[in-house]
Amino acid sequence: MASSPSDAGGPLLDVRDLCVDYVTIAGDVRAVDHVDLTLEAGEFLAIVGESGCGKSTLLFAIAQLLTPPAEISGGSVVFKGKDMVRLAEDELRHSRWRDYSVVMQSAMNALNPMKSIEAQYTDVMRAHSAMSAGEIHARSEEVLRLVGVDPVHLRSYPHQLSGGMRQRAMIAMALLFTPELVIMDEPTSALDVVAQRSLMSEIKELQRRFGFAVIFVTHDMSLVSHYSERLAVMYAGQLAELSSTRALFDRPLHPYSVGLLDAFPSIHGPRRTLAGIPGSPPDLAHPPAGCRFQPRCPQAMDECAIRQPALYRAGDSLVRCLLYEPAPETVR
Amino acid sequence: MTTSVGTAGQSPSRAVSSRGILDASSRLVRAIAGNRKATIGLVLLLGIVFVAAFPGVFAPGDPQAAIYEQQVGPSTSHIFGTTQVGQDVFTQLVYGTRLTLIITVVVGLLCTLVSVLVGITAAYVGGAVDGALSLVTDIFLIIPTLPLLIVLSTYLEGSGTVAIIAVLVVTGWAFGARQLRAQGLSLRSRDFLEAARIRGERRSYIILVEILPNMISLVVASFLGSAVYTVATAAGLQFLGLGNSGEITWGTMLHFAQQNGAIEAGNAWWALAPGAAVALLGTAFALLNYAFDELANPALRPVRRRRGKLA
Amino acid sequence: MIETQREPLLRTTRLTRHFHLGGIFSRQTLHAVDDVSLSIDEREIVAVVGESGSGKSTLARLLAMAYKPTRGEIYYRGRSVQGLRSRKDLLWYRGQVPMVFQDPYSSINPVFRVAHGVMRNLILHRPELDATGRRDEAERVFDVVGLAPSTEMLRKFPYEMSGGQRQRVGFAQALAVKPKLILADEPVSMLDVSIRAGLLNLMVELRERESVSILYITHDIASARYVADRIVVMYAGHIVETGPADAVLASPRHPYTQLLLSAVPDPREVSTVSTSAAVGEPPRVVNPGEGCRFRWRCPLAVAECERSTPLLRPLAPEQQAACHVARADAGLSGGAA
Repeated sequence: MASSPSDAGGPLLDVRDLCVDYVTIAGDVRAVDHVDLTLEAGEFLAIVGESGCGKSTLLFAIAQLLTPPAEISGGSVVFKGKDMVRLAEDELRHSRWRDYSVVMQSAMNALNPMKSIEAQYTDVMRAHSAMSAGEIHARSEEVLRLVGVDPVHLRSYPHQLSGGMRQRAMIAMALLFTPELVIMDEPTSALDVVAQRSLMSEIKELQRRFGFAVIFVTHDMSLVSHYSERLAVMYAGQLAELSSTRALFDRPLHPYSVGLLDAFPSIHGPRRTLAGIPGSPPDLAHPPAGCRFQPRCPQAMDECAIRQPALYRAGDSLVRCLLYEPAPETVR
Repeated sequence: MTTSVGTAGQSPSRAVSSRGILDASSRLVRAIAGNRKATIGLVLLLGIVFVAAFPGVFAPGDPQAAIYEQQVGPSTSHIFGTTQVGQDVFTQLVYGTRLTLIITVVVGLLCTLVSVLVGITAAYVGGAVDGALSLVTDIFLIIPTLPLLIVLSTYLEGSGTVAIIAVLVVTGWAFGARQLRAQGLSLRSRDFLEAARIRGERRSYIILVEILPNMISLVVASFLGSAVYTVATAAGLQFLGLGNSGEITWGTMLHFAQQNGAIEAGNAWWALAPGAAVALLGTAFALLNYAFDELANPALRPVRRRRGKLA
Repeated sequence: MIETQREPLLRTTRLTRHFHLGGIFSRQTLHAVDDVSLSIDEREIVAVVGESGSGKSTLARLLAMAYKPTRGEIYYRGRSVQGLRSRKDLLWYRGQVPMVFQDPYSSINPVFRVAHGVMRNLILHRPELDATGRRDEAERVFDVVGLAPSTEMLRKFPYEMSGGQRQRVGFAQALAVKPKLILADEPVSMLDVSIRAGLLNLMVELRERESVSILYITHDIASARYVADRIVVMYAGHIVETGPADAVLASPRHPYTQLLLSAVPDPREVSTVSTSAAVGEPPRVVNPGEGCRFRWRCPLAVAECERSTPLLRPLAPEQQAACHVARADAGLSGGAA
């Protein structure tokens, strides 16, 4: 594992005030609005939200994988002491895959359908290291075994593997250099319910074993509920709530989090009417003046329509809601 | 206009409401005005159409009148000089516009019609019919065009413009048919077509009402593509002497200019003028074709990079 | 005492659909749906739960007459659906059993206003209505599904609507024909969680208000419990368990149902799915042969499971499961009730 002299004491990843805009002819649309988050070494952070909330954009911004028309328009992403936003491409390349890696949503999109698994692993290892052919082969077998796939499949092409095995092969690829941070964008959503759950526990197991931090983006809160230490809820490009997972499930603070948790029908217990959250997220091309959740919020107050809440501290959590605005003398 | 906060697979945000044809046309006008290629292409094309419709406005004389000094170069009274029998080149150019344009549009329309019929039938009916139609399409795609053109033209020599049109349609429809079939196939799997089948619609209704409107953009692109193909190829055929040299088109002008050694005789504009005109018309259609692609597929639009610095 | 069996609204007997894979010389057959016998009563919501490859979508399409069955029968109100020949008869059936689709972004024709599908359904299936009648009915069904104000909503184009609204349009189209049974193929799977509740509630409401039955296809057993009276669990083309929703969830009999329940999408519950590489592989439905198709993933599999395909048998007062190993309740020996 690569070590860095400058992260002693500081968090592994420190995202401050990050803004991402989509530059279009019709004007700029802010998809990620002033997001702060920190990640400690070995921590599992889940970012949860629904369509259009900006979670995938945020993830791509952190991984420095944005393509036009999306671009980072403000803020910093400090990883192991260096601000990645301001790094040149060759400095970034040194970091990529060795210090952090990315697992995409669909293996069929991320893996090259024309190359065998081994060929793709070889490409990655050659691009980021000077390993010999023998070392590359040994490492390829090793990572496949780690994720529970028979190394004989190194010779297979992606379409010859089942969905679950493909996802595992992708995760193995991300672990080739045992990075300190693995970023995952809904890696299980193409799988069936049972496969998803089993893959999640494997990911957690790998994380415990090798100690890497994970940022896991998903639209399905229940998937991460027993694996993540902290959970960030995004809405309309902003962070709505950030707290420990248990705290969020036991005592959700932001009305959106409350609504979201209530929207899951339960298996056991009495059948209660689900309310859901009627309405739609705001049009980010014309964001509202006040709180973005206000039109759908069952607890909205009058001033919510005119004043934007900042992220306030409430215990160990952060909430973007005027309900938790502290008394005037305490300002974040 | 729709603004989409496009993260992977997310739904587009809501757009401003529209009101049918009136709004669709005004959206189209705004879209064209906003796209430089579209504006230039359209202006060029409209200019040429205007010249074709009202040639007398631009050139008062008679294009066939062989009354001037023979084969002279450009001068104040003859902007592009005269032909070897003393006709004014500029007047010929202006009057030749109409037939040139007619050939282009007619071939474009006929090619598109055949492509649509073949392509959509193949895609929707499927099975053996698709196999047969695709085979025919492939054959016409593989056959080398120029030899076929020449053979057909010499065979039909004397039939003039109609021959040219026929030849161009026969050699030009296959490409569009391929594309339309491909799009038809991809549309087939869309749920709304299955929904139409399940609610009991007849097959002909589904093809005409449910599928065809979704393919309009490809049909228009096909037409524009055929037009570009025709402009140059028709001129080329006429230049070679095929087709009716008695009619005045840009292609026949090129033919005569070359036959009479215009460039050596110092009257290069007799060849250059129609050549430039052909290029202009082709460019107009090509620009419109690109612009149409960009309008239909936002991913192709030019990206304006922001030169600002990070906040 | 002889009980007269009331003919259910829709009944299938040994419904089967195979697809032939590969070229002329291939012997590969995909058993999408095998020997499915189920019934739906009036004003009943039945959920068909299964993962991809279970055959649930194919089953819906068989019932919608998008495919012809390879074997087996479908009876609607006692009439054999296979026997319907004339266009009039077919249209009649289609007007009784419409379908709602899964993908809100591809199930509505983007070039027309959303009223188009409703109008076509009215023209095809409600010939007694004139133009004014059709307009009124279109407004009525839009109101019923919650798309208000209906006159304004009818004039919108699909791209102006959210996913949830589009799915409501789908239900409105189905309601326009005055159906008895709506086939809903995963109507909420592609919607955000916060929006699903609205549509799930709509389905329950439709059962009351419009007196329709709904066949709710889903992979999410929790939402099945929320809306359905009965649950049918499918695996690899077979029905493996049926019963009242609460009973099946409280005491699942089939090992697959138990596995599904352990992968529960409930943030408040702990997931206990084991980490086994074989878990989560899609079921084998190509040339499957005899034997239980779940046996490769089943923790309880015994030799018998390979020899013969288990049939549905009663294991609890109203529950049936197709498993050689599962035990019946006292008093039920597996014979006919």
